[in-house]
Amino acid sequence: MSFPHKHLIDLSEYSADDISLILDVAERFREVNERRIKKVPTLKGFTVVNMFNEPSTRTRSSFEIAEKRLSCDTLNFGGSSTSTVKGESLLDTVRTLCSYKIDLIVVRDKHAGVPHQVARASGVHVIDAGDGKHQHPTQALLDLYTIRKRFGSIEGLTVGIVGDIGHSRVCGSLIPALKTMGAKVVVVGPPTLMPARPDLLGADEVRFSLDEALPQLDVVYMLRIQRERLEGAPFPSLREYNRLFGLTREREHLLRPDAIVCHPGPINRGVELDDYMADHVERSAILDQVYAGVLVRMASLYLLLGGNEHGADA
Amino acid sequence: MALMLRNARVLDPQIDLDDVCDVLIRDGRIVEVGHGLDLPKGVERDLTGKIVVPGLVDIHVHLRDPGQEQKEDIASGTRAAARGGFTTVACMPNTSPTIDNAQVVSYVRSRADEVGKCRVAVVGSCTQGLKGEVLSEMGGMVEAGACAFTDDGRGVQDSGMMRRVMDYARQFDRVVMSHCQDEGLVGAGQVNEGAASTRLGLLGWPAAGEEIQIARDIAVCRLTGCPLHVQHLSTARGLEMVREAKAEGLPVTCEVTPHHLFLTEDAIGQDYDANFKVNPPLRTDEDRCALIEGVADGTVDCIVTDHAPHCAFEKDREFERAPFGMIGLETSLSLVITNLVKPGVIDWNRLVELMAVNPRRIIRAERVAIEAGCTADLTVIDPCEEWTVEKGGFLSKSSNSAFIGVHLVGRATDTYVGGYATLEEGAIVE
Amino acid sequence: MTDGNGASPGARSQEGAVKSICMDAQEIERSLTRIAHQILEANKGASGLVIVGIVTRGDLLARRLAQRIGSIEGVEVPQGRLDISLYRDDFATYISPEVHSTDIPFDLDGKTVVLVDDVLFTGRTIRAALDALMDMGRPACVQLAVLVDRGHRQLPIRADYVGKNVPSSLEENVRLFLDEVDGVSAVEIRSIAPGQRAGSAPIGTHGGE
Repeated sequence: MSFPHKHLIDLSEYSADDISLILDVAERFREVNERRIKKVPTLKGFTVVNMFNEPSTRTRSSFEIAEKRLSCDTLNFGGSSTSTVKGESLLDTVRTLCSYKIDLIVVRDKHAGVPHQVARASGVHVIDAGDGKHQHPTQALLDLYTIRKRFGSIEGLTVGIVGDIGHSRVCGSLIPALKTMGAKVVVVGPPTLMPARPDLLGADEVRFSLDEALPQLDVVYMLRIQRERLEGAPFPSLREYNRLFGLTREREHLLRPDAIVCHPGPINRGVELDDYMADHVERSAILDQVYAGVLVRMASLYLLLGGNEHGADA
Repeated sequence: MALMLRNARVLDPQIDLDDVCDVLIRDGRIVEVGHGLDLPKGVERDLTGKIVVPGLVDIHVHLRDPGQEQKEDIASGTRAAARGGFTTVACMPNTSPTIDNAQVVSYVRSRADEVGKCRVAVVGSCTQGLKGEVLSEMGGMVEAGACAFTDDGRGVQDSGMMRRVMDYARQFDRVVMSHCQDEGLVGAGQVNEGAASTRLGLLGWPAAGEEIQIARDIAVCRLTGCPLHVQHLSTARGLEMVREAKAEGLPVTCEVTPHHLFLTEDAIGQDYDANFKVNPPLRTDEDRCALIEGVADGTVDCIVTDHAPHCAFEKDREFERAPFGMIGLETSLSLVITNLVKPGVIDWNRLVELMAVNPRRIIRAERVAIEAGCTADLTVIDPCEEWTVEKGGFLSKSSNSAFIGVHLVGRATDTYVGGYATLEEGAIVE
Repeated sequence: MTDGNGASPGARSQEGAVKSICMDAQEIERSLTRIAHQILEANKGASGLVIVGIVTRGDLLARRLAQRIGSIEGVEVPQGRLDISLYRDDFATYISPEVHSTDIPFDLDGKTVVLVDDVLFTGRTIRAALDALMDMGRPACVQLAVLVDRGHRQLPIRADYVGKNVPSSLEENVRLFLDEVDGVSAVEIRSIAPGQRAGSAPIGTHGGE
C-alpha cells in the first residue's frame, strides 16, 4: 500500500479519507513525541530540503523538528542566504539541489504557485509550506487535527474564520479542507479583506459583523492581521479593526459555551485577540495548534515518503 | 521583372472581388487582375487552391528593438511577421530608449529597411519615456514617419495628461492608441480578478481597471475630437462602451488579440505557466464570447497580436515575477482561420477587413487593394494546411506562446511586399 | 483506520486456499497455558515481568498470556502494546494501511520484557521490535514468546518460548486467526493469494493487504 498522493500542495485534491488518514497517523505520532527519546528511525536515509525563501520561524522549526524526529537528513536552505541572491533563478536552484539526490522539498515562498513549479522542475515529493497568498496545507491540517481533537469530529461543526480572508494562504487550504470534512464555514471581516470569490474557496456565508456571526460558531478562527501584506491600508486603523473584528473579553458573552478559539500565529495581541481570549484556559486552542503542527508534519512526511508507487524517481 | 500569380482565389472585400483569377505584378505594383492573363517574360507561380488577399497588417507588435534584442530584434521580429502572413507591422514604443523622438523613429525605420522582411510602421509614444508627464515630440516623429501614438504597456494615468495628448495629437491626423489600465485599480494585479485570482491566490486585475479608462478615453475623445483606438480590449463591458461610442459617431476604433478571443482565465492551470500571463489578463468566457460577437458584428475593427516576446528564463519562473505578454505573429492568422472562419463565425471577407483593410486605415497606411495601380503587398493563404504549433518552430527569438501544442488549420504560405516575396512556400526568402 | 474492527463475513475467502489447519482453538489455549508456565518457571515467578505484544495479533496473544500468568500467580502482570511500523526496514516500499499505536503505560527500565508475537518467520519484525523497545527504555532482559515458529529466519533471532514449530514453505502463509477479531481461532497454512504478502493477516480484512 502507499499513500495516493505524491505531493502535499493542494488540499482540495485530498479526499476526506486521505485527510482522516493523515490526522490518524498524526495521532499515532503523539506517543513518539511524549517519549523520553522522541525519535524513531523511520525515515533514516531520506534527505529532505527545507527551502524557505521567505522568513518563517514556526513553520520552519516545526518541519525541522518533525523531520529530525523521523530521522531524516535535512538541508536547510534560505532564500536570503543563497544563490537566488546571486541571480540564480529559483528553478535552477531546485534543479541543482536535485542533483544531490534528495527525496523531498518543503517549500515556502512569497509567490503563489511556486510549490507546483518546484514539483514540476524537481520530480521529487513536494510539501507546500505556504505560497504567497495561495495555500498553506500543513497549517490547515494542524487546524483540522486540533479541531477534531477538541470536538471528536469535524463534520457538522460551524467554523468562523475572521479577518484577512483575501490575503490569507491559510484560508486557501483550510476552507476547502473544512468543506471536505463536512464543516460549515463562515468568513467574517471587512469587505476590503475579502477575496473576489469567497464562494469559490468554499465559504458558505460571508459576514461583515463579528457580533452577528459569533453565536453560531463552534470554532472561532482568528486570522493574523498581516501588516506586511496590507497594501493600501484596507481599514482605517488597528484600533478600529480591533473594535469591529477583534475577539475580546467583551465579546465572550456572544460565544457558545464550548466554542474554541484558534489562531495560526503569531498573534498580534490587542489587534485580533486580546490577552484574555488568547490565553483563555478552556477556549484557546492556540498552543494545541502549535503542538499539532509537529504531529501533522511528521504524518505528512511519513505518508508521502512511504510506499513505492510514488517513489522519488516517478 | 514581372510576377504572375495564377489560379488563386483572389479575395478583396474593398472592391467586392472574390474570383479565381490571375494577378500580374510589375515594378512593385499590381498591373492587372483578370482571367488568362499573358505573361511575356517573368516568373509565374501556380497558386491553385490558395487564397490571395491584401497583405495582412498587425498594428500591435513589440519588436523590442532598440534595447531588448535578446527577446527580439527587427530582423527576427519581421521574419516572424512574414511567416505569419503579415506584410506590415506597427511596432510599439516601449523600447529602450523609448520611441519618443524622431531619431528613434528613424532608427527603427532604417533598420527595418536594411534587415526587415515586412514593412515596419512605427508608433511613437504619447509622453516622454512613457512616464505620463511630458508630451513627446509628436511633430518630429510624424515627420520621421510615425504612424500613431501610444503609451502602450502602461497607459496614460492622469486624465488631464490624456486630454493634452489627444488635443495635441489631433493636429497630425494620427490616432492615439490607448492601453487602458488604471494603476490604482489594477495595482500589482496578475490575473483576472474573480475566479482566477481566488483559485490561484494571485492579486486580481479587475475588468473595471480597464473599463474605467475606456470610458475616460471615450469621454476625452468626445472632448477633443482626436481619433481614439482602444488597444487589446478584453472585457464585454468595454466592448459595449466602444459600440455605443461608435453609434454616437465618435472616431473610436478598437482591437482584440487572438489570446483574448480564444483563451480564458480558466486556461491558467496549476502549473502556473507564465506564458498565460498577459496584460490585460485572460478574462472570463462571458467576455470572450462577447469579443467574438464584436468581431463578427463589426464592433471590433481589427485583430492584433500584441506580440510580446520574452526570453524563456523570464517566463520560466515564479508567475508573479514573470513579465506579461505572449508572442503571436506566427499563430494569429491560423488561429483566426481555425476558430472563426472554419466554424463559420466570420467569412474570409471579414477576416481581410479585420487583418488588412481596417488596420491599414487606423495607422494611416496607403490603401492596398487587389486592383491595378495598388502596391503589391499580398498574402497567400493555404486554407487547408494543417499544422501543430511547436515550441521549436518559431522564427521569433522567443517562444512564449500559450498555444504550443495546438493543432491549427490554414496558414500563410507566401507574402509579397512591394512585389517581392518575403515568404515563399512557407520559407523566408533571404 | 483503527484496529479492532469486527469480522467481516466472507472476507476470509480473499485469503489463499487453506492447505491445512495446524492448530485449532483448543490447541492454541493449551499452548498459551504451557508458555505461561514456562515463563514463570524460567523467571522464577512474575516479579519484574512485563508482557509486550506486537500489534496486532501479538498484542491479542499478550493479553491472554498476561491474564493467564496473572491468574496462576495471583498478581497483575503489566501488559503493553508495541507498534513496530515506524521501525520497519521495508518502509520505503510498503506502508501499513492501518494506523496502530504503541501503548506501554509503564517504565521498562530494569524489567524483564516478554515480547509476544503470533508467527516467527524471517525475524525482521522482532529486530524492529527490539529497536523500538530500546528507544523506550532499558530493560534488564528481553525474551521472545511466539505461538508458531515457521522457520526461514533471515536474522540471528530465536524464540525463548514456542507454541508449535510448523515447518512451512516460502510459497505458503502461516496465519493466526483469533476469536475476538476473526470470529474463529486457528492457525492455518494457506497458499499465498496473488498480490499478497507473507506475514500476519490484517485485522478485520482476513484477506489481501
